[in-house]
Amino acid sequence: MSPLQLCLVLSSLLFCVGLAGALSRSNTILVLLGIELMLNAANLNFIAFWCYGPHAATGTGVLFVLFAIAVAAAEAAVGLALVIAVHRHRKTVRLQDASTLKG
Amino acid sequence: MTYAIIIIAALILGAAVAAMLSRNLIHSALLLVGAWAGIAAFYLWAGAEFVAFAQVLVYVGAVSMVVLFAVLLTRQGATSAPVEPDSYQRAIFGFITAGGVAGVLLGAILGTPLAVQATPTPASITVKEIGIQLMGPHAAALLIVGVILTVALLGAILIAAVDKPEDPAP
Repeated sequence: MSPLQLCLVLSSLLFCVGLAGALSRSNTILVLLGIELMLNAANLNFIAFWCYGPHAATGTGVLFVLFAIAVAAAEAAVGLALVIAVHRHRKTVRLQDASTLKG
Repeated sequence: MTYAIIIIAALILGAAVAAMLSRNLIHSALLLVGAWAGIAAFYLWAGAEFVAFAQVLVYVGAVSMVVLFAVLLTRQGATSAPVEPDSYQRAIFGFITAGGVAGVLLGAILGTPLAVQATPTPASITVKEIGIQLMGPHAAALLIVGVILTVALLGAILIAAVDKPEDPAP
């Protein structure tokens, strides 16, 4: 197995761990952390393809990961602020209890 | 070279799985800090030093603090923050979905002949080159990211702030 395939397998497994956490946990903070893990797995893919790809000198993968980290930080801040706002109104962080808009 | 990536992968995956399975929210957050530090080690291994330091600063330093503050502000118990048992139906369907996605992805990766040169040149990029790229061809994206961060953090403050009614003037 080549090193590129090792990196891709690692990022796929990390993505699936995050997906399982986001789908199966009922705590809103843990769901958000699972989504963060999935974003990190995507960043691992960018770095792996930059490192082993044919155009490593241009550095596009590195720049893409830098922008993705900045957007992920903004997403985490807004998501946790939403969790705190929901907790202030409903006194709970369970996803099943925030079901006012459920049809 | 290959042993290092296997050790780093074991560290990342072990910390992430333990964090997602843990019943204690604070343990989950601290284990995820370990997983993020392992991802920074992966970036160092791959030759992207600047990204590794950005990962340490942003995730291990900042996002982990925000997560811990959110855990402490929203916990209900007096001593620890235990998570009540989830519904088992959700857990089973979540694991089935994640396992299916993992199978599809691993089959695609292992079944694809990737055109990689046998001895890759050690990819590396200096901070000066990153700065030239950011200020030259990607200057518009850099400005937009700055605006996004400002708007998102102001919005987070507005959402999380306590909206008390104003005191009527005497």
